[in-house]
Amino acid sequence: MSPRAAWRLESLGFSEVYDYTVGKLDWLAAGLATEGTNANRPRAGGLARKDVPTCGLEERLSVVRDRVRNQGWEAAVVINDERIVFGLLRAKELAGNGDQLISQAMRPGPSTFRPYVLAEEMAHSMVDHKLESSPITISDGRLVGLLLQKDVVEAVRKSA
Amino acid sequence: MPKEIDRDGLRRMVEAGAQLVEVLPAEEYVEDHLPGAISLPLRHVDAEGSKVLDKQRSVIVYCWDIA
Repeated sequence: MSPRAAWRLESLGFSEVYDYTVGKLDWLAAGLATEGTNANRPRAGGLARKDVPTCGLEERLSVVRDRVRNQGWEAAVVINDERIVFGLLRAKELAGNGDQLISQAMRPGPSTFRPYVLAEEMAHSMVDHKLESSPITISDGRLVGLLLQKDVVEAVRKSA
Repeated sequence: MPKEIDRDGLRRMVEAGAQLVEVLPAEEYVEDHLPGAISLPLRHVDAEGSKVLDKQRSVIVYCWDIA
């Protein structure tokens, strides 16, 4: 749609026309602010816990488990130096053999969601699929935070 | 020929005074649009483009995505 608009404007005499081809989806997926009636509705990115523990592939599970539990968590996100999400450790994985490397213990390739998804949609999806938590990532796979089902359900209840 | 622009380029150009235009249907604009954008749905470009936009300034158009 935008290429046609750009070409048409040029034909109408506009000499400097640019097309942001990746569009609103790219903007929203990057977690950037918008204006409009949805702008103040709770979304996945705003509700995600930014303080979720993280760890690397080569760490030992026993070490990570101690660190995660000392921070009061039962989950951690496995990332690299660029904060790209590789896996997830939920309670079940954290309870595994502590001698394993994280690369062996983690749940690889978890489903991720974008920051712009509205809380109502997230709540339905997480409840329907029995997801206790879901990593929220921007379009290039970088971690924003971990969204907990209890947080998103509570946000929906409050905004109802 | 219109030029493609990325997110960083868009921000720089808008700060420099470019006009930002969403060409999706108006109801989608009402729900969510980029900060500072105006609504000019594609089907209104012919009739209103020259009225609502300044030909002396750069224009950036966008829709939902590349599709």
